[in-house]
Amino acid sequence: MEIERVMVKVYIMGEAYEVPEGSTILSATEYAGFQIKRGVGCREGFCGACATVYREKGDYKLKGGLACQTVVTDGMTIAQIPSVPAEKPVYDITQLEANENTFKELFPTVFRCVACNTCTKACPQDIKVMDYVQALKRGDIARAADISFDCIRCGLCALRCPAEIVQYNAAILARRLYARYLAPKSPEVDIRIEEIEAGKFVPEIDELKKTDRVELGEKYYKREINID
Amino acid sequence: MKIPYYPGCTLKTTADYFETSAIASAKALGIEMVELPDWNCCGVVGSLTSDDLIRHLAPVRNMLRVEEMNARGDIENENRLLTLCSMCYNTLQRTNARIKQSSEDLESINNIMYLEEEPYKGTTEVVHFFQLLEEMGFDELAKKIVKPLKGLKIAPYYGCMLLRPEELGIDKPDDPTIMENFVESLGADAVQWNARSICCGSYHTVSNKEIVVKLAYEILHNARKCGADLLITSCPLCAFNLDNRQEEVEAQYLDFEPIPVLYFSQLLALALGLGVEATAFDKNYIDPRPILKKKGLLK
Repeated sequence: MEIERVMVKVYIMGEAYEVPEGSTILSATEYAGFQIKRGVGCREGFCGACATVYREKGDYKLKGGLACQTVVTDGMTIAQIPSVPAEKPVYDITQLEANENTFKELFPTVFRCVACNTCTKACPQDIKVMDYVQALKRGDIARAADISFDCIRCGLCALRCPAEIVQYNAAILARRLYARYLAPKSPEVDIRIEEIEAGKFVPEIDELKKTDRVELGEKYYKREINID
Repeated sequence: MKIPYYPGCTLKTTADYFETSAIASAKALGIEMVELPDWNCCGVVGSLTSDDLIRHLAPVRNMLRVEEMNARGDIENENRLLTLCSMCYNTLQRTNARIKQSSEDLESINNIMYLEEEPYKGTTEVVHFFQLLEEMGFDELAKKIVKPLKGLKIAPYYGCMLLRPEELGIDKPDDPTIMENFVESLGADAVQWNARSICCGSYHTVSNKEIVVKLAYEILHNARKCGADLLITSCPLCAFNLDNRQEEVEAQYLDFEPIPVLYFSQLLALALGLGVEATAFDKNYIDPRPILKKKGLLK
């Protein structure tokens, strides 16, 4: 049986190419003969390296997406972003406080947000970017860390922001501050660290090291997971 | 009574005692202030550029949240949005008035906000806490006071944002009485003075501090000369300029005598007999406790 291959026309960096229907932007670009060295990573939608700007036929809107997750449509115009040259302040997390003043100092542009929501529209992860920027403005670091948790740092928010905020870099600072200063401390962690340092698990690991692959596999699938 | 409440960024940070004192007082008066979900910055400062539509997005989104709260049933038939901060009141009110006049502007804004589930219909009314008290009746408020602030001379400081522009103000800009009525209902005396609606210098405090220091001196000195024990305000920026800047004022003007500047809600909380968590007098830059103790209002 012969399978009919349906092709669609896309424009990559201004040139027209015929690519198989159903391709992602990433596979279409490679099919067209480009070797992508920057702007590609895990190919699974997790790493955020392949930010792409595109426009669909008949639509005036510039859209953003991950090249590895966005399927091409006929007449699509594509420009991949190899890297986002956004500002990234250097800081020592141990010298910071988890409040809005830290952001006034390191990311003053956060306070220029006019709530246009362009960042949220641009986010391929469907994160409410504007909402976490607004949370930072009022010093609610925990909320900002929570909302931005799924950020993969592709940079599309910053590329579209009219106030030139570098949302994703501010968000990772919020999550770092949350983890270091705001998250509830777990006493179990200290207990477990003591146990590890005292060598509690050494015999078990030594035994596992001597176990062959087949037996190891069996053990793995039969293991008991005690989440209490 | 339950009412949607818009805090604003400053009330969540440097002016947190304004919020805690107001919420506790409102509760004592039977008003439950329900904070808007996912609110954003009010927008701050009415833009003076002609093509400024984007500046109105932030206020509109907040007012849309009130329509959403009503639609979801988080709140019953309450289209008013309560504000405490004078600046937030002014910014939200200014935008609301504009888009209520211009369906074209409202449509443009709704077009930009296409990710919102529903467009803003323009049904929200912005009110300030003082207006809510006025509606309740200052006589009624007086009846609920358990600890009248007898003998305390209060200078009500309006500043700009509660009164101007005229069509948006909570009272007549040239002859306001709402704060005086509030003061009297607490059992205190409202000082008649000249500087109650002179600008504090506003954001000049960031880059031209000397302008603010001069204005703060004029305002505070006038209050003192007219016999005030302290001033009240509902604006965190005025509070910063008049309270925190007294260090610089004192250094520059030899005849200056520091005077406490409080959020009106702190004295409301005191008069309603609420505790130190609500009154939070330890948070003011110039400590108001000595004068309150002297007047026998605080132990």
